[in-house]
Parts: sequence; C-alpha cells; structure tokens
Amino acid sequence: MASKQDPRKARIDDYIDQNLKKVFSELETDEMPDQITDLLSVLRAQDKALQDKK
Amino acid sequence: MSDLDPRDELVTHLPALRAFAISLTRNRATADDMMQDAVLKAWTNMDKFEPGTNMRAWLFTILRNNYYSSRRKLKREVADVDNAFSDTLSVKPEHDGRLQMADFKQALNQLPDEQREALILVGASGFAYEEAAEMCGVATGTIKSRVNRARARLSELLHLEDDEALELTDTATIAVVGSPGLPA
Repeated sequence: MASKQDPRKARIDDYIDQNLKKVFSELETDEMPDQITDLLSVLRAQDKALQDKK
Repeated sequence: MSDLDPRDELVTHLPALRAFAISLTRNRATADDMMQDAVLKAWTNMDKFEPGTNMRAWLFTILRNNYYSSRRKLKREVADVDNAFSDTLSVKPEHDGRLQMADFKQALNQLPDEQREALILVGASGFAYEEAAEMCGVATGTIKSRVNRARARLSELLHLEDDEALELTDTATIAVVGSPGLPA
C-alpha cells in the first residue's frame, strides 16, 4: 500500500482504510430490504417447482 | 473452497454486496434496484459461475457492470446522491468520533465513482489490486492510480496532512472503532 519510506503517508492511508472498513461494516449490518428477501423467496420457489416437475 | 450449494453461498454474500452497492451508488433506492438485478442475473446464470473461484468478486462484478451500464443510459450520476452513507449514523455533536466519521463519509461521497469504487474494493473489501482490476475491466496500474488519487483526495478534503488534524482524527477513530458492539 503506502511507501515504506514515507511513514506519514502510511499513517494517513491506515487511517483512511480503518474508516473505510468501519463504513463498509456499518453498511453490511443493515437489514436486507424486503424487495431482496421477496426476490429470493420467489427464486427459491421457482427452483423447487422446477425440481418437483422432474 | 466451499461445500455450500452456490445459491446458498450467494445468500451469504448479500450483506457485502449491498454495502458495495450503496458505496457505489450513494443512494439506497438505486442500490437496492441494482442489487435486485444483480441477484436475479447471478441466480439465473449460476451455471456460468466457476466453482472454486471467488463468488463475491463475481457478484460485485455483475453489480458494478449493471450500474455503469445503466448510469450511462440514464446520465444521472450526480442527481441521485442521497447521502446514503449517513443514513445509519446518528450524529451526536458531543461525540468527536462520530463527527469525524460523518466528515469521512461526506468526503467519501465526493469522490468520483471510479475512485470510490477502487478504494472500497481494495481498502474496505480486501481485494488485491489484481482482483479489483479484473473486476473493473482495467489494468492493475489503473486501479493503483485510482486508489492513490482517492486517498490523496480524501487526505486533502479531511486535511489529514495537517499534523493536528491527524492527531485529532486518530484519537477520535480509536474512540469510534474501539466502541463495543461494532464489528472489528
């Protein structure tokens, strides 16, 4: 990542990466929206219907 | 790599896929639409996924290709921003750490899509430069350059070159990142 010759830049990059990870994991803990869980239910039901036909 | 049925494995990647979608689009409604399309496309094209390869990378690639393709069609990249990063944040003025995070999110929002995407893939999602390059369909050097420019821009926006600013943010970050109940 940051140059080994530049500890200050390494420190800034580290600060940025820490915050990025924090933002990303905050978003990951969001509840999944209904439109996605509903879609998964439909897709699973379709797969099951196809399997039952075989 | 995984004994899971690929469709079951897909479900395990959805929280990360949504985080990536929101990071990329900066708009929850657009992110959810993009995600819906990506999940549908991945599910119905599961036979094209190569077992043993990185499913998360495959899903992210489907989503970002879909996003850039529709963005080109709609030409609305700026109009759609809804400060999505801030939606989950309850800003308490007395808490420096939270204010610093709010500033960080604001700055992240201001980066061009391609730079923010590269930074999220490498800095937050842990993909190697080579993987991120493949996902974005560009050379590894291009991803490195985007990440460097993104970091430089964030550093500028947040005044991180200023000694005092970095001291302050370090303390504040430790206060927030070290809070109980937050993922490591």
